[in-house]
Amino acid sequence: MAKRITVDPITRIEGHLRIDCDIENGKVKNAWSSGQMFRGIEEILVGRDPRDAWIFTQRFCGVCTTVHAIASVRTVENALNLEVPVNAQFIRNLIVAAHGIHDHIVHFYHLSALDWVDVVSALSADPNAASKLAQSLSPWPNNGVQEFKAVQDKLKKFVSSGQLGIFANGYWGHPAMKLPPEVNLIAAAHYLEAFEFQRKANKIVSILGSKTPHIQNLAVGGVSNPINPDNQAALNMERLYYVKTLIDELEDFVRNVYLVDLAAVGALYAHWLPYGSGVTNYLSVPEFPTDSKGTKFMTPGGYIKNGDVGTFKAINSFQDKYFMNGVKESSKHAWYEGEKALHPYEGETKPYYTDFKEDDKYSWVKAPTFYDEPAQVGPLSNVLAMFAAGHKPTQKYATLALEKISAIAGTKVGIDALHSTLGRHAARCVRTNVLVDVLRENYDMLISNIASGDVATFNAPTFPKGEQTGFGFHEAPRGVLSHWIVIKDGKIKNYQGVVPSTWNAGPRNQNDKLGPYEASLVGNPIADPEKPLEVLRTIHSFDPCLACAIHVHDNKRQDTIRVKTLSRFN
Amino acid sequence: MSRQQIKQSLAENISNNFDAFGFSRRDFLKFCTAIAATMGLPFSMSKLVAKTIEDPTRPPVIWLHFQECTGCTETLLRATHPKVETLVLDLISLDYSETLSVAAGHQVEQALHDSMEKNKGKYIMVVEGSIPIKDDGIYCKIAGKTAIESVQEVGANCAAAIAIGSCSSWGGVQSTFSNPTGATPLHKILTDKPIVNIPGCPPSPYNFLSTVLYYLTLGKLPELDDKGRPKFGYGRLIHEHCERRPHFDAGRFAEQFGDEGHREGYCLYKLGCKGPETYANCPSILFGDVGSNSWPVGTGHPCFGCVEEGVGFTKHVHEQSEVKTFTPGSIYPDIHFEKEGGITAAGATVTAAAVAAGAKLVSDTAKKIGEKSQDSSTKA
Repeated sequence: MAKRITVDPITRIEGHLRIDCDIENGKVKNAWSSGQMFRGIEEILVGRDPRDAWIFTQRFCGVCTTVHAIASVRTVENALNLEVPVNAQFIRNLIVAAHGIHDHIVHFYHLSALDWVDVVSALSADPNAASKLAQSLSPWPNNGVQEFKAVQDKLKKFVSSGQLGIFANGYWGHPAMKLPPEVNLIAAAHYLEAFEFQRKANKIVSILGSKTPHIQNLAVGGVSNPINPDNQAALNMERLYYVKTLIDELEDFVRNVYLVDLAAVGALYAHWLPYGSGVTNYLSVPEFPTDSKGTKFMTPGGYIKNGDVGTFKAINSFQDKYFMNGVKESSKHAWYEGEKALHPYEGETKPYYTDFKEDDKYSWVKAPTFYDEPAQVGPLSNVLAMFAAGHKPTQKYATLALEKISAIAGTKVGIDALHSTLGRHAARCVRTNVLVDVLRENYDMLISNIASGDVATFNAPTFPKGEQTGFGFHEAPRGVLSHWIVIKDGKIKNYQGVVPSTWNAGPRNQNDKLGPYEASLVGNPIADPEKPLEVLRTIHSFDPCLACAIHVHDNKRQDTIRVKTLSRFN
Repeated sequence: MSRQQIKQSLAENISNNFDAFGFSRRDFLKFCTAIAATMGLPFSMSKLVAKTIEDPTRPPVIWLHFQECTGCTETLLRATHPKVETLVLDLISLDYSETLSVAAGHQVEQALHDSMEKNKGKYIMVVEGSIPIKDDGIYCKIAGKTAIESVQEVGANCAAAIAIGSCSSWGGVQSTFSNPTGATPLHKILTDKPIVNIPGCPPSPYNFLSTVLYYLTLGKLPELDDKGRPKFGYGRLIHEHCERRPHFDAGRFAEQFGDEGHREGYCLYKLGCKGPETYANCPSILFGDVGSNSWPVGTGHPCFGCVEEGVGFTKHVHEQSEVKTFTPGSIYPDIHFEKEGGITAAGATVTAAAVAAGAKLVSDTAKKIGEKSQDSSTKA
């Protein structure tokens, strides 16, 4: 007889997520993913000026800040066939890459590391041994005995205060925790140090984007940053060189700390490599456009079927029809009316709340499909696509990561190991390393373009009479994001976002196939159903972001929302 | 050990830790002075700040998320004084946070209830996000409870509440027309507790952090305006402190992104800047601790009034704003300084001419100032 567990709330994520699992013989037999919050921002957009849409859509999420702003301006530009000056592309690319690096660092260290790292065990570590070990793996200068001793003292003091704060009731001493105390101490030290480096990545975003979260330098048609090396109130040499300095500092941390820690965790938990693959149709899109139209990109993307990189089919431009025609969303198991999967241009969303009904409707998240199949999105999909497309930096960093994991584990770990819970973490780290290269190249391109005398940053949009449709995509930190718009007489008629966490957190689809979260949980070991740490491991590996996933637009402006049943406590 | 001795030993322990991190006691006191200055406190208060930071009992904080995007929590990750790790490890005891708590599900619910029980009447409740009230609140549920129920349960025994962000302060983006979920601010649900509103989308992290430090240090909440916002953060119009204000006064405007005026750093009023009707400290505090120009107007984008109900997410980004302050005439003001022998003849002539020519202007301006000060007094 299976035992049902409900984990609600799932913490260390963005938003409100509930996971239900049936456990049998120490393994997950079945799983349900349920989004628990709904805001209706797309409905609010109807009738507004398309130039304002990005300001609203960026508020889908403050963790995936910037991404919904970028996707939105691309969507309106696509509908208007409006090209963007290359300076604006480079500035957007710098922001996107810097934000991605911040996001991946925070995810690994602050949101997911404590599923694998036991902070309490770090208290009994020998700082000398920890230092020796860390120095054998990396040239990072802050891996000295004094640094580790100071961190250990800080933790001791914190624990002895009796006020454990965010660490209260954590999974300390859980049987699934396997790292030796010294590795736990190294990880705890880097947990603290990572705060500093995610701030540096954010500084790049602040310099160019004016603030973060929620940048405010975009415009349909370009960016608002004036470029003028001879003015104190514009993007000038001082501002630009600050960006360059931060890129240098970030590179050190990403290469010598993040990559090494990832390899150590991956290797020491090698017994977890078989778990968590789930849905192995992988979707990603190309990113970092370098021309004004969006036909040339720095990182490739596309579709891989059934985990076979040989099936890779590239997505080539912002106008790509293969992508445009493939996306649908199903509400069969979501709290909206209807069962049929619909294309986003035709998407309709009439809320129909029934409370949690596992065989029927049980989530505010819809189930997107690509050519009628569920697809996993995120850094793993992106890295596999880039690898398949022969992208050199990806191949370099993926090989480096796998070699390091193999060396520490003492056994050969190949690329197939990436189809797993830990593989998603590894891919995220590989992608972060690629993003550092992207940052550097964009910086160089921006500088040489300014040096050539081109200071254009904006092409003004004009809105013709009649109806236009458009879509914009973006390879966001959590995967493929697309926005879809219908404009009529210069005003928004319909707006829809199909976002990464919707792809991954979605419930069963119109054919009752499990969504990626659900499928990846099946078969996971569970040592203690009362403390389902392993569920968190797999769910966190996707980097859930639920505010993004749940949104609705009702193009018919239906005001009455039907509520079938309502229980206050379930 | 007496309580005094315990305190002494803990204080030493903390000082030792500062040493271990490469901070001297002097650095620490400098930090405290900076914090005191941020809050507009006199220098003498910095010792009180230090004492509070060193106090071994960290005040418990329970942080609830409802209809939000986590941008307000994220903004704390960007702060440098204090850093988020200092806040969480040294200054407060963050007993519940969906974003940062290690535990999940039953374990984290247990942590929440333990803290509420143990710190009854003493904890601070922070609310991020609006509360949906339409259809009995089904649009946001955590651990089986609606947001309304959570606010009532956790709010009942809090010492005070902080509404962080525009969503919690006035409803935010999802409360604007047509407000499909009935998104409602905290102060309309919790009516019998002191509440500080920190609007902004997201707000500067320092408007939140300085409120917390104010409370920890002075044992009371900061002075608030009529919308429940701390005066240190929301006491002035953006327009009154904007570095581009002289261009406004001189009639120099950018007309389009990237045009000559825009590349010269002129005023963004004609692009729809809402600085003239938005009360916030953005131009003085900036964002991200990266120096000059790091706020929306500084990067050439009009303010859209994210802080202000009825402006942010309501008015079109490029719509003209309502200028809430008087506009002085474009004449140079007199410089009054004492000089032996009284004012010079030339100075007297200029002054007399200015008085004659500017009499009407001055009286008009005075009238407007009168209106404005009335406006301020109702605000305060």
